[in-house]
This record gives sequence, structure tokens and C-alpha cells, in this order.
Amino acid sequence: MDSALIPEGVKRCSFGKFIFWIIVVGAVLLWGVFAMLLCWFKGLNQTNMNDAYGFAVWIWADLAVIALGGGAFFTGLLRYIFGKDELKNIINYAVLIGFICYSSALLILAIDIGQPLRGWFIFWHANVHSMLTEVAFCLSCYFAVLTIEYIPLILENRQVDKVPFFHNLSHNMHGIMAIFAATGAFLSFFHQGSLGGVAGVLFGRPFAYREGVFIWPWTFFLFTWSAAACGPCFTILITWITEKITRKKLVKKNVIMLLAKIAGWMLATYTIAKIIDTWYWAAVTVPSKGFTLMDFYSNNPLYGIWILVLEIVICGVVPSIILITKTGRESSFLLISAVFLGALGACVNRWVMVLQVMAVPVMTFESWPMYFPSWQEIATTILPVAYGIILIMISYRYLPIFPQERQIEQIG
Amino acid sequence: MLPFSFEWIWDLSHMVFMGGLWYALTIIGLGMTYCIIKAAVDTCKGKGGHCGH
Repeated sequence: MDSALIPEGVKRCSFGKFIFWIIVVGAVLLWGVFAMLLCWFKGLNQTNMNDAYGFAVWIWADLAVIALGGGAFFTGLLRYIFGKDELKNIINYAVLIGFICYSSALLILAIDIGQPLRGWFIFWHANVHSMLTEVAFCLSCYFAVLTIEYIPLILENRQVDKVPFFHNLSHNMHGIMAIFAATGAFLSFFHQGSLGGVAGVLFGRPFAYREGVFIWPWTFFLFTWSAAACGPCFTILITWITEKITRKKLVKKNVIMLLAKIAGWMLATYTIAKIIDTWYWAAVTVPSKGFTLMDFYSNNPLYGIWILVLEIVICGVVPSIILITKTGRESSFLLISAVFLGALGACVNRWVMVLQVMAVPVMTFESWPMYFPSWQEIATTILPVAYGIILIMISYRYLPIFPQERQIEQIG
Repeated sequence: MLPFSFEWIWDLSHMVFMGGLWYALTIIGLGMTYCIIKAAVDTCKGKGGHCGH
């Protein structure tokens, strides 16, 4: 039925099957949209946020998807600026994943601000002393860059490409993509960093507070570094999941191996920096504020000392060792476990830097407040996942996302 | 925010923040404008009849 739109030389499932799964995932999407409308029309009383948790599951999801979407800027940087030509075979998918992550982040923010019609205030009435202003600026601009990087893919659809103007536009955009990629890398560096900076400058909350360079606390650099390390891990993970669902190889092994190796070294150096940062914080910063390390961890279900072990050892040291060793990367099981742990590590880090920062008592009369999101918060957090799956389904079906697919199919 | 807005102040923070924003937007805008105009010119010249990249 839609075979004229499907890229030439590749096989796709039947149209009926495709529509069936779109409806299934679309139902989840509609559930999220319903919850989103409740939040917009009835207000933020639909959430379980309170005085202790002004930042909650939405902001955690926001920071997590921004970190995981970092694969787009870092892969683009490697491909267009550092000339890693093999990565041209995965860059389209990295851009698509980044586009989904960043549009999801903006959607979550649009719900979180409560009054989306006033979203433009941050641009026009900007508070130039706030790191969040820098985040808003760079996030929006980088989303524009990702859109520009995604447009040529849409224009390369079999039918759209037949229109000479669109064919030429796509060709021209490819021609200057390095400029957009460099701009994207610049913007990403600052917004990833400023998200970390927001926590690092909280001198009234010693759990998050860090020293640093000039106006930037160390968390600024650690956030950028972790996004560059964990973003490519997420790209590899989603590529693997897509291959399993479609039951076909989409990207050649040497491309995955190269990206995994680079991600491994980024993750290893990040983990070393994170260990040094944590040690300095625990040994110098924390005592200087009148606390001990264990004051920041509790026996409650959410914020035990296990979370530090999970973040640094299980999701940092273990995947780093796997990814930087050739034998580790060669084993499919170990590779996928490592990229999963790497991506999980970014999520745990953002959880700690958003929610645990809010939960740690800073006054002697305070206790550990617990938090569980309302169903509206859960539904609106799952909404971008459903949206992402639908966009991947449509893009995979109709756009030439994987340049090696046809060649692999012919060989296989 | 632009320099003629009432809340604008000529200080380093405003110049760095807003200058950075307008700089990035200018690159993105100019890049896209170049691509669109060149595509229109190429199309008028009869290029892009057909083929892959």
C-alpha cells in the first residue's frame, strides 16, 4: 500500500502490521497526552511535587534524556569535525535519537512550567545571572540545529527526493552540515554543562555544591563529559534494540566497534574524573561545611549509599573496562551490557543530582522527605517514550536512516 | 531581548548571554537562508533532475 514511499532495495513489514503497532504505541501516547492536558488545564496540583521537591521526576527525565541525546552532538563532532568517516553510517540514527530526546525534553519542560504560553518569557525577559537561562537558550538553539540535521533525511524520502527543489535543498544542507554540527557541539557543551552547573552552584546544599574554575563548578564539566560518554552508549543500545526488533543487521560491526571504543575511553576518563571529584568532595568540601559523607545517605529506599556504588562502580568502572578492552567489545553480550550500564549511569547521576539534592536534610530539624510521582507525572514521562518509538517506526520505514542496510541485506 | 528593550542593561552578562544567543541564531538563520536560496537557484538552472548523493 505504501511501498512507493519505502526506500529502494530494503524490506519492511506489511502496512497492516505497521499500523497495528502504531495504534498500540499511540494508545500509550494518548494516555500521556490526556495527563498532559490535565496538567495544563487543572494546574500543577496534578503532580506530587511539594515544597521539598520543586524539581521532581520531570526534571530528572529532562536531564536524563538530554544526557542520552548527547550521542547526536558527540557523534556529529567526531564525524564532521574530527573526520571519523565510518560514523557516517550511524550519524543519521544518532541525529534521530537526539532529535527525539531534545524534543522530549522541551515537551516535558512545556508541561513543567505550568504556563506554556509564557514559555517565551525566558528569551525576552531573560535573567542573565541564571545558568538555567543559558540552558534554555542553548537547548532551544540546539534543537533547531537537530531539526536542521533531521530535515535532509526527510527530504531523502523516495518520493520527496523526486522534487528537484527538495533534492537540491537536501544536497546543499549536507554540504554545510559541518557548520551546523560545530554550532551544535558548541551549544551542547554549554547547555549540558550548565545543567550540571545549576546543581554545583547551590552553596546552601552541600550535597551538590562543588568548587570549580571561574564561574563554573566542576559539575559543569562532569555533565558535559558524561553526556559525551553515555550518549553514544545510548545510540549503540537503541541501534541494537532496533536490530533485534527488525530481525536484521542495520549497521556494520566496525562502525559499532569504533563508536563503542570512543565511548569507552570517554566513559573511563569521566569515571576517573568523577571518582576524584567525589573523593575531594567527601574529604574536603563536605567537612568544611560541617557534615560527614554518611550524612548524605540514608537507609530509606531511594537514597542509600548503594546509589553511589551503583553510579560509580557498576555503571562507571565496569562498563568502562568492558568498552576499552577489545575482548569486551567483541563479545555481543558484554558490549550491550556495557552500553546499557553506561546509559543507566547517566540516568542515575541525574537522579542523584536532581532528587537527592532536594531530599538531603540541610537543617537539624529536617528529615528525609520521600517522593513518589503521581500517575499524571508518570504518564507524561512515558509520553515522550511512546512519541520516540512512533517517530523511530515512521523514520525507519520511510527514510534512509541506515545507509549500509541495503548492502548488508544483499550480502546476507 | 534586544538592546532597545526597556530592561536591557549594557553590562557583561547581557552582552555575553544575549550576544551568544543572537550569534547562534544568526549562524543557523544564515546557514538555512543560504541553503534555501542556493536550492532555488540550482532548481532554476535545472539541476537536481535525479540521482543519489
